[in-house]
Amino acid sequence: MTDQANVDAIIIGAGHNGLICANYLAKAGKSVLVLEAKETVGGAACTREFAPGFKVSAGAQWLYQLNPNVVSDLKLLAHGLEYAAQDLESIALNPNGKQHIIIHGSHAGGGDLSEHDAHQFAALQGQLLRFVNVLDRVFNRRPPKLIESDWHDKLTLARLGLDMKMLGKEDMSEMLRVGLINIYDLLDEYIDNPLLKGALSVDAVLGSHMGPRSPNTVFTYLYRLLGQHYRFNGPALLKGGMGQLADALLSSAQHAGVEVRTNCAVKKVNLNADSAQSVTLCNGETISAKSIVSNADPKTTFTKLVGLRHIEGGFSRRVQVMRMNGNAAKLHLALDGLPGFSGLSEHQTGARLLIAPDMKYVERAFNHAKYGELSSAPAIDISIPTAHDSSLAAIGQHVLCATVQYAPYDLKGGWNDEQTKQAQNLAIDTIAQYAPRIKEQIVSAEYLSPVDLEQEFNTYGGHWHHGEISLDQVLMMRPTPGCTQYRTPVDNLYLCGAGAHPGGGLMGLAGKNAAEEILRG
Amino acid sequence: MINNVSTLPQHNKQMMLHTPFHSRVVEACEINEWSAWQGYTTPGSYTNVEFEYFAIRSNTGVFDLTPMTKYRVTGADAEAYLDRLLTRNIAKLGVNRVAYIVMCNDAGDVIDDGTLFRIADNDFRLCTQERVLDWMMWSAAGFDVNIVDETADVAALAIQGPTSCRVLRNMGFAGLENLKPFGMQNVEFNGASVMISRTGYTGDLGYEAWMAPEQAESFWDALFEAGKLRGIRAFGSQALDIARIEAGYLAAGVDFVPAEQIVRNGRGRSPLELGLGWLVDFNKPLFSGRKALLKQKEYGPRYRFVKLSVEGNKPADHSFIYCRGKEVGTVTSAGWCPTAKTNIALASLEMPFGRPGDELEAEIYYMRELHWTRLMAKCTVISKPVWDPARRLQTPAPDA
Repeated sequence: MTDQANVDAIIIGAGHNGLICANYLAKAGKSVLVLEAKETVGGAACTREFAPGFKVSAGAQWLYQLNPNVVSDLKLLAHGLEYAAQDLESIALNPNGKQHIIIHGSHAGGGDLSEHDAHQFAALQGQLLRFVNVLDRVFNRRPPKLIESDWHDKLTLARLGLDMKMLGKEDMSEMLRVGLINIYDLLDEYIDNPLLKGALSVDAVLGSHMGPRSPNTVFTYLYRLLGQHYRFNGPALLKGGMGQLADALLSSAQHAGVEVRTNCAVKKVNLNADSAQSVTLCNGETISAKSIVSNADPKTTFTKLVGLRHIEGGFSRRVQVMRMNGNAAKLHLALDGLPGFSGLSEHQTGARLLIAPDMKYVERAFNHAKYGELSSAPAIDISIPTAHDSSLAAIGQHVLCATVQYAPYDLKGGWNDEQTKQAQNLAIDTIAQYAPRIKEQIVSAEYLSPVDLEQEFNTYGGHWHHGEISLDQVLMMRPTPGCTQYRTPVDNLYLCGAGAHPGGGLMGLAGKNAAEEILRG
Repeated sequence: MINNVSTLPQHNKQMMLHTPFHSRVVEACEINEWSAWQGYTTPGSYTNVEFEYFAIRSNTGVFDLTPMTKYRVTGADAEAYLDRLLTRNIAKLGVNRVAYIVMCNDAGDVIDDGTLFRIADNDFRLCTQERVLDWMMWSAAGFDVNIVDETADVAALAIQGPTSCRVLRNMGFAGLENLKPFGMQNVEFNGASVMISRTGYTGDLGYEAWMAPEQAESFWDALFEAGKLRGIRAFGSQALDIARIEAGYLAAGVDFVPAEQIVRNGRGRSPLELGLGWLVDFNKPLFSGRKALLKQKEYGPRYRFVKLSVEGNKPADHSFIYCRGKEVGTVTSAGWCPTAKTNIALASLEMPFGRPGDELEAEIYYMRELHWTRLMAKCTVISKPVWDPARRLQTPAPDA
């Protein structure tokens, strides 16, 4: 580098991982500049008004696996992180309007759930949590390389081996057996109750392009269970919506000395031979840095910011074939009253409500999506944050925020107004089967397809995790071989977003691990 | 970016393709010895391999190279695209010039070698031994280029040997003697344009003619008529192989395994390991394989590709090479060179072996009347090809 760099590190994108990475770097004494294209920071951790007087967490709706070390290291509680509700129950809604099943951590009960099933569920969760403990050890550090590994990688692998061994013979062989199979078969082995299995299977497929019968879905279920390992005994809501997480992260980062510029879109990353030197903003300004760290997803990073023609051919191919088409939509409803769900008390309406009567229902919903069609009966994950938080709507009014699974990014015929409206109606009709009067309560509605999510959050394919959490795209293969350990084939260019190990879900570890790797030099 | 694959006969109708010269090739192929080359029916030999070989070295040999894979690359980014795809600096290649090239994968292993013809500023023909369309299409993302496989749309002949220039001039292509090596020009034939390049794979004075398939038969006829008194003779792949080994040229799939076909780790070879380091321009900011090759340059290649002069006259085909009893590599191509009158071998040796002066031995097995004999033949590393006549590079091309 010939010229003096303006700063030590530029972070492209002020998503949660970008802010976390920036914060750790600043705490280590680096000068850090964060550049955010949008007016607000936080990326998918955001609160937004979607109808006059109605605010909602427009991206992620539940906080369920934020890493506790990140919270304490960055003193997020001191910087304003405040929970509106924690350890919420999940309620599997029964289409018959009664006999709903309540899931709380590793306990399930209610409805027609047999004692045997409840016991089996607890046993299964207990075992899976032991596996998650092993995973967490790997998630907390950079993924080890198998070839060309250094002492750090060898230590990680040795620890992983030891952790597996420590599971004991039975658990270890069980982990190896179930690690690669699908959630459908696994739940069938343990549990009889279709409603409980349906609800649990949703956790294994949310945000992904997989059905319960897709291989890999036990791994994604374990991934989701990481939250429980991080002491989330059920999902949580933040006071003021998920934007509060962004605010706390921003405050903490600024306190650490990070400079954050919003409305400041990066147009491209400039290379000198195969080394990143600077970024050029959309306004034409060029800023140089010793390290350039992309919080953007890998496809956006390489296709738009770096340019496929500026990387070698084989890696260009890797980027092209990465799977990251989103398959989940968001539904936001502004309501003039608390919706009444058949068979639920008012208090229970504030829980996490799941529409997935059985696993075949979820698999059928996926069938449509596989062929680029809308699911006629989608699986839905519902939150009504106003049951806990009065800051999102006027007194007496409520918002319903839901993840609709599935909604294929590459919908046949494309996501035009007509198809979006149809998808919205399908989702509302589905909810109305459980909350019969809800349609009369709707003041305003918003449906965000993966294409809308892509535009709103600048994520390729509108994918939550910046790329499928599939076995070929995790650990030392995340986001793709040749681009692991937060490094890229472009020198001085790093990845710190959900596209890097261990992935997204507002966990914060990608940003934290990336910072550690950048500091390692 | 569009990929138009030529319209070829359906495989259920015709398993093996025929080149546009086929009617003439059949007529000339007296011994009916056919082999398959990239899906085409081609002669291994027409009459007698030695006759054919000596036509190349003493008169004019004609080889139907239509099956050679040909890609046309056009579009605003054609130069930039090829510059990223290939290790050489394409900006330096002038219009109407040809370059010998290699392309590498990101690991720096050679996918294929070939020749690149610059027809116009943003119009190139890339000729390769292997089919590499997949790799080329993947590499095209982000570039405004159009890639067409024109293998079946362009008929091509190699016209090689000391009298080749005279024969072509006899066809009416005046001034061809002034065409420089690796140059090309268009000539008029039967009212159509035929491209002639001064290129070849025999290590001798020679040309390659590129034309529309409709021109093929009449071009062949006119060529053989013009060469009647100059000893013109068609040659097959076996004679070509002798000539290229004598000239020290590599063959993809023989002297190295194309990177995209490799199954086992570490079996690929980089340009530096094939003696083709001169084709790699590290001053370019980017090309596929650059990072890996830079690293290899720094830490040293794993293998050295050498030409060996082998004692005796028994071809060292596939022989192990030893250095003071230690096995250090294998022969990839070998043969007795009839004109240079020497026994040579191309070999891939582990570093650091193959230095000038290394005492090497080839373990040669040969059979005579069902009797196998094993011999250890002394080998000497040679730096220059054993066949490299001055006429190969002379301009104007000598008349003969």
